[in-house]
Amino acid sequence: MSVSRQPSGASAERRQEFWLGARDQIPILVGVLPAGLIFGALGKAAGLPDLVVQAFSLLVFAGSAQFVALGLVVSNAPSLIIILAIFIVNLRHALYSASFSEHLAHLPPRWKICLSWLLTDEAFAVASARYRRPEKENAHWYLLGTGLALWATWQVSTAVGILVGAGVPESWHLDFALPLTFVALLIPSITDGPTRLTAVLAGLLAVGMGALPYLFGLVVAVIVAVGVGALAESRRRVRSTGGELE
Amino acid sequence: MSEEALWVVILGGMAATYATRASFIVFVPPERMPAWFRRGLRFVAPAVLAGLVATELVGTGEALNLPLGYPRLMAGALAALVAWRSRNTWLTILAGMAALWLMGVVIG
Repeated sequence: MSVSRQPSGASAERRQEFWLGARDQIPILVGVLPAGLIFGALGKAAGLPDLVVQAFSLLVFAGSAQFVALGLVVSNAPSLIIILAIFIVNLRHALYSASFSEHLAHLPPRWKICLSWLLTDEAFAVASARYRRPEKENAHWYLLGTGLALWATWQVSTAVGILVGAGVPESWHLDFALPLTFVALLIPSITDGPTRLTAVLAGLLAVGMGALPYLFGLVVAVIVAVGVGALAESRRRVRSTGGELE
Repeated sequence: MSEEALWVVILGGMAATYATRASFIVFVPPERMPAWFRRGLRFVAPAVLAGLVATELVGTGEALNLPLGYPRLMAGALAALVAWRSRNTWLTILAGMAALWLMGVVIG
């Protein structure tokens, strides 16, 4: 038979990447858990059918967008406006998509379709650290593991929130684990002058424009900061090659 | 809102979300992106993380208060220091959470 079995070493390596991705997502899950519980409890309190609340998490699967949508549902906004709001809140995911497109270019379509589905803030944050490390042949398994860990946690925490309420006392500040994990991922992502400039600028601009609705300020802040970072890098490269353009 | 309208929102929201995430991965191969665009991509992660962290720690919209009014900002700054020295995620979280809890006890 011409069908060759994958050597067991390769499949062990893929399994290892998958579980590593899931494991590296755990700190974020601590912060995501209360958010899922609160979403479930809020949806229930708003009088939505249990199945509808769960379907938001199952199908839309986007934390901040779900909270925005729920608020608009409660205030009886037109469906089209709510869908548009969800789109705007999630616009930043297009940047993640662009950022990972090259890493995933070699994969068959079913992988791209599936990994796109899982490309949340949290999965992007953790997996982009993985993509800075070498030996990337099986890194898509890492992304799958990290994405599925988040997806499963989001589903279970929403369901528990619907069934028994939020439960976690606010005074525990468990939600704070999420920005703290982002801090832990942010620091190593700053590798040189241009990335430092990008991060500082993005932080300042995001706060400055934070009053804009639907996370629009964040999107603009990121685009401007990325542009300035790239510009700083190319100027630096021009300087270091004695003014010669590549 | 009727249950039918809710399902329209959910299915529409699903499509809208998926469109943003699949946009480049599924529909735009990297070789179709201009070179300047691709050069910028390595800056997306630090930019987004910094933007999310800053808005979570400082908040948005309101006038900035004294640092004492921002236990989360101070706990986050300590966590950043720990992250920088240790490069350890759990240690970073532990330091930040402990700082926030302690300030909660002390400041009340």
